Amino acid sequence: MKEKDIYSELSSIRDLMERSTKFISLSGLSGIMAGIYALAGAFVGYKLVYGENSEMQLSDYSDRAVWLPLFLIAFIVLVLSLVTGVLLTIRQANKKHENYWNPVSKRLLLNLSVPLVTGGLFILILIFRGYFGMIASSCLIFYGLALVAASQFTFSDVKWLGFCEIILGLLAAMLPGYGLVFWIIGFGILHILYGSIMHFKYNQ
Amino acid sequence: MKISLEQFDKAFENRIRLQIMSVLVANESYDFNSLKELLNVTDGNLASHLKALEKEGYIIVNKSFIGRKPNTQYSASPTGREAFKKHLQALENLIKQQRS
Repeated sequence: MKEKDIYSELSSIRDLMERSTKFISLSGLSGIMAGIYALAGAFVGYKLVYGENSEMQLSDYSDRAVWLPLFLIAFIVLVLSLVTGVLLTIRQANKKHENYWNPVSKRLLLNLSVPLVTGGLFILILIFRGYFGMIASSCLIFYGLALVAASQFTFSDVKWLGFCEIILGLLAAMLPGYGLVFWIIGFGILHILYGSIMHFKYNQ
Repeated sequence: MKISLEQFDKAFENRIRLQIMSVLVANESYDFNSLKELLNVTDGNLASHLKALEKEGYIIVNKSFIGRKPNTQYSASPTGREAFKKHLQALENLIKQQRS
């Protein structure tokens, strides 16, 4: 056996171990899109609450008329981001001739969904009990936890995005009233930043 | 240069078998179809190599059904893990030998 053969053997082992445990078809573009949706959502939300024509007052924070549209905006942003992410990931997987529905992507989704669903339910509970001040920070914290949990099945960069979201979430919890600012940083700017990094690092 | 090939595991002489083992060592278990896709081999080819590894006692086969579809999960046995580790060690030693 020649040295070259051994190296090719070792590299094929390495490659398979990695490909069989990590899902690498995540698209950076979907991160950028999610960031843009979040920024657009935050803008519409801001106009709604603080806009000149708005009859809403900050004092009616617990009013249905205020939180229902905000909740709807957040929900639309979430659904749009998820749909874009899934579609772009499928496209990316097809490009790499990889099956998007494989044992690794299943594990990735499972690990992502446990903290995400828990967080979603927790936030619904917060809304129904009227703890509006903690919603933005809870979104960020649970989202960050979900990313950290899922990161072991994909690029490790996802873990750093997760840690940043968790830290932002904790900061948001300490500074009530600045939820929108943290929302913009965490879901908007960080996503665009992360998506661009991923796109240029792995897509070329 | 003469190299002793005794440390090499005969079961891993075939590249596909070595590749199967790499996947199973890195994962708790893997199913037939996913393995086939990952390694890009035919049904018959994969089945025969899996059979060989099973005979060797290196992998554990777990047959079950999901609905009506058969679902066969493969995982590495402790013997298999040990053998794989030894084989890698042997490859490494070979490189060291050739360097010196």
